[in-house]
Amino acid sequence: MLQIDDVRVGYHRSTVLHGVSVRVPRDGVAAVLGHNGAGKSTLLRAAVGLLPPASGRVLLDGEDITRRRPHERVARGMAYVPQGQQSFPHLTTAENLQLVADGRRRGREAIAEALDLFPALRALAGRRAGLLSGGQRQQLAIARALVTEPRVLLLDEPTEGIQPSVVAEIEETVLSLGARGGLSVLLVEQHVGFAVRAAGRYYVLEAGRVTSSGEGGQGAERTVREALSV
Amino acid sequence: MSVILGQTFTGISIGAVLLLIALGLSLTFGQMNVINMAHGEFIMAGAYTTYVLQKSISDAGISLLVALPVAFCVSGVLGALLERLLIRRLYLRPLDTLLVTWGVSLMLQQLARDIFGAPNVQTRAPDWLTGHITLVGGDDPLTVADNRLFILGLAVAAVAALSLTLRLTPLGRRIRAVVQNRDLAEVSGISTSRVDRTAFFLGSGLAGVAGVALTLVGPIGPTMGTNIIIDAFLVIVVGGIGQLKGSVMVAFALGVLQSVLEYSTTVSVAKVLVLVAIVAFLQWRPQGLYTLRTRSLV
Repeated sequence: MLQIDDVRVGYHRSTVLHGVSVRVPRDGVAAVLGHNGAGKSTLLRAAVGLLPPASGRVLLDGEDITRRRPHERVARGMAYVPQGQQSFPHLTTAENLQLVADGRRRGREAIAEALDLFPALRALAGRRAGLLSGGQRQQLAIARALVTEPRVLLLDEPTEGIQPSVVAEIEETVLSLGARGGLSVLLVEQHVGFAVRAAGRYYVLEAGRVTSSGEGGQGAERTVREALSV
Repeated sequence: MSVILGQTFTGISIGAVLLLIALGLSLTFGQMNVINMAHGEFIMAGAYTTYVLQKSISDAGISLLVALPVAFCVSGVLGALLERLLIRRLYLRPLDTLLVTWGVSLMLQQLARDIFGAPNVQTRAPDWLTGHITLVGGDDPLTVADNRLFILGLAVAAVAALSLTLRLTPLGRRIRAVVQNRDLAEVSGISTSRVDRTAFFLGSGLAGVAGVALTLVGPIGPTMGTNIIIDAFLVIVVGGIGQLKGSVMVAFALGVLQSVLEYSTTVSVAKVLVLVAIVAFLQWRPQGLYTLRTRSLV
C-alpha cells in the first residue's frame, strides 16, 4: 500500500534519516517507535511530502509519489495528522471540517461519519478551533483527516500532550480505524504498549536508522522495549 | 451644527476612498503578510483602464460601469502575474519582497509614462454623478456630492462582497486556512499556490476598482498610487493585521479625524496630527485595534 524505500532526509546540512525503509500493508497498521529525535516525525513529513527526500522513493499503491506535492498526495488517498493537535485556530470546528469537504462528492457524508467517531465535536461546531482543549483539537485533527476519506492515514503521536481522559478515547478510535477495512495506518507513537497492540508490524527507529522491526501484537511489546532500551 | 455634520460626512467620504484602497491590501498584506509596494500601481492601472474605456465608449456613465469589472480583471491579472513570477519565490522574505515589488512599482510607473505620457489625464464624470444631494436645507445648507455617495456605496458593496467571500465561500475558507497554517492547509488537500494566486488576483482586482473610484475625485497620473498607498498600509496596521472590520473602522475614523483637523488647522498640519495620533495609538496597542484570541499558537 504505502512503501517508503531507502529514504534519506535532512534539514539544511544535517541528515536526519539515513536510508529508512518502511512498508504499510493494505488495510493494516504499521507503527514506528523511537526516542525523541530519532526521526519519527521527519519520516512522516517526508512521506506526506512536506520534506523532499535527498534520495529514496515513496510509493503509494505502486505509484511513485516522491516528487508529488502534499495536496496531490491527499488527492491520491493519503491523509496526515501532524504532531501537536494542529488545527486552523481562527476557523470554527465546522469550518475546519467543511474546508476539506469542499469540492468532494461525499463531503457531507464524510463529515457525518467523522463526527460519528468523535460525537463530542458536534456540540463544538460553532466554536473556533483555537479555543478548544488539546484533546478536542486532536479529535478535530483526526476527524479532518478522515473527511478526505483516505486509503492511508499517517498519525504522528496522536496521544501526545492529551489529558488522560481523552487518551483512551483516541486510542480506541485508532484501534477501530486500524480494524476497519479500506484504511491503512502508519502510526508514530511513544507509548509502546498502545502502538504495538495497534500495529501488525513495528519499526524501531534510532538516530535515523531502523534498528529493529517485526510483527506487532501483544508478544512484541517486550522485544520493542528491549530494542528501545539499548 | 451643519458644519460638524458637513465635516463628518466629508470625513466619511475620505474614509470610503481610503477603505477602497486598503481593501485589496487587506487581502495581500493583511491576510498573506506580503508587503506589495506595487499595489498602488494596480490602483493606477484601474484608473487608466477607466480612461482608456472612456476613449472608446462615449457615454461616460456606461464606460464607468463597464470599467468596474474590466479594471478589476486588468489589475487582478497584473497581481496574479506578479505573484506567479516574483512574489511566490519570496514568501517569508519580507525585505526582499518589499524591495522587489518597489522595483516593479517603479517599472509600472515608467510604463504608464511611456504609454500615456507624464502629465496627468482626466476622465469625465457621468451626468448622474455631477450633482449633489441636499441633506439639510435653509441658510446653512448641507450638501453631499453624488460622486462621493457613489464611492461610499462602492466601498460598502466591496466590503460586503469581500467579507461574504472570506466567511461563506470555499475559496474564503481556503484563503483563511492558508493564512493560518500553510503546511497544514497543504496536507489537508489544499493547493496553497493556487490559493495564493487567487488571493492576489482578488486583492489586486480590488485595487483596480479603487482606481476606477479615484477617477471620480481626482486626476490620473503615473504616481497616483504611490501617493496614497502609505495611508492604506496605515489603515491595515492600525486596524489589526488580517482584520477586515478593523480596517473598516480605522478607514472611516482616520477620514473623519483628517477632515475635522483640516477644518480647524491646515491640510499639512492635519496630516501630521493624524500620523502622531497613529504613532501614539500603536505605542498603546502595537497589535492594532482588533486581534483574535486562541488557546494555541498553531
